[in-house]
Amino acid sequence: MDTAFPTRMGDGSLTRLTRTEIEAEIRDGVAAAVKRAKVEPLGEDAIGHLIDIFSSRSRFSAVDIGDEVVLSYDGCGSQDMGTRINDLQYYEQYLCADSVEMYHHDYSFKPVKTVIDFEQTVMRQAQFLITAPCGYGAMPDLGRYTVPDGPIANWSQLLPMGRIDEARAAQEEAVEMAVEDIVFVAAGMVEAGIDFIDLDTSGAAGDADFLAALKAVERIRARFPDLGIQIGMASEFVLGMHGELEYDGVRLAGLWPREQMKLAAKAGVTIFGPAINVNTGKSVAWNVARTLTIAKPCCDEATVPVHLNGGMGVGGVPMHILPPGDATSRASRAAVDILQLDGL
Amino acid sequence: MGAGDVYGQAISHGVASGMGGIRAAGDLVARMQITRGMRLPQAKQYVADKLGVSVMDLSDPVVMLDVRKERGLGAALESGEITGIDEPIGLEAKFHIAELLGVPINSVERFRRITAPRA
Repeated sequence: MDTAFPTRMGDGSLTRLTRTEIEAEIRDGVAAAVKRAKVEPLGEDAIGHLIDIFSSRSRFSAVDIGDEVVLSYDGCGSQDMGTRINDLQYYEQYLCADSVEMYHHDYSFKPVKTVIDFEQTVMRQAQFLITAPCGYGAMPDLGRYTVPDGPIANWSQLLPMGRIDEARAAQEEAVEMAVEDIVFVAAGMVEAGIDFIDLDTSGAAGDADFLAALKAVERIRARFPDLGIQIGMASEFVLGMHGELEYDGVRLAGLWPREQMKLAAKAGVTIFGPAINVNTGKSVAWNVARTLTIAKPCCDEATVPVHLNGGMGVGGVPMHILPPGDATSRASRAAVDILQLDGL
Repeated sequence: MGAGDVYGQAISHGVASGMGGIRAAGDLVARMQITRGMRLPQAKQYVADKLGVSVMDLSDPVVMLDVRKERGLGAALESGEITGIDEPIGLEAKFHIAELLGVPINSVERFRRITAPRA
């Protein structure tokens, strides 16, 4: 009789699967990715390696010595203890982060614009103390520009009423406002000494949100040729809230990571972070297999470093506020081993 | 990686697959990705060549501590037990890193600009 190995579901809960069941989960996860994202399946070597990683009672799993990758972070620290500079120091000194990222607790460019002087002051001080690359991150967060939080008509209210043209016009107007705010904040933080700017959770409000990120990156790159620019995605697939928006002649709605990466690189990023969603009703083995199958074409064809998002609910890491280390470490190792990642 | 629970994400990823930041040479390789958009093999080789070490050494804290100290690249503090008071940290170390890697570091450039003699 097969031994049952303790493993996790996508919601973090413990379950037990035999090696045969793990293999079935992995093959099913690969098939789900092939069907949904229209990508090639993982090879048999990769599937075999995934089966080995998950058929283990070990509390932790790790890459081989020498195969380590660069780690970047979407905002460092919880802002619960000490100052935001302390958070950066903890990450650099104790967590041995390869780069650190300061953030405002609202984590959107629009509200940061109004407190840019305060953000600059903290960043200026941080740059004296931090040795590792130190950047600033926030979300394009296009929804912030709509009523009642902003001046623009709310397309989430217009669309259900069938007012499609008005909803599209509102999104187009919001894009221009968001681009101005992102460029304003980036320029302000460059003055304060940042090494990079991170446009995190791009595409959260759909294709217009992603377009705002791309247009902002283009302008930031033209103005600051040596600045690091990172785009991290909100999810695996760009939602077509507008449906007709294009960048560089490519329709944004419906893009998967490989095409997202190509446009981000064209706009001028130096790091691209794809985000593949987790299905909480499936095992971590299933989710990791699906994640890697979707992300592989992006990594294989990348012209810039790819840092796969590997946090709560993305990249195979369970959707739980306290992701278990046994699951995170397996997702981490599997992604590095199979995707030949540049970072996480 | 994502924000949130530090143990479940930053620590777990760090131990499972991270280069080790200033404890090794992760920050230097990261700089080449961030500033020049170099993919990982190219960035590791570039930094290894600049330091005169092997690519394997870049994640080895035993090798890298001596290298970092010799070149003034900064390291962990540990109450002065790892990095002494006469050794550079933070912005001080970034002057050496910029020179070593041959890339501009914004905070270093800013420091030079802001401390330049005024007419």
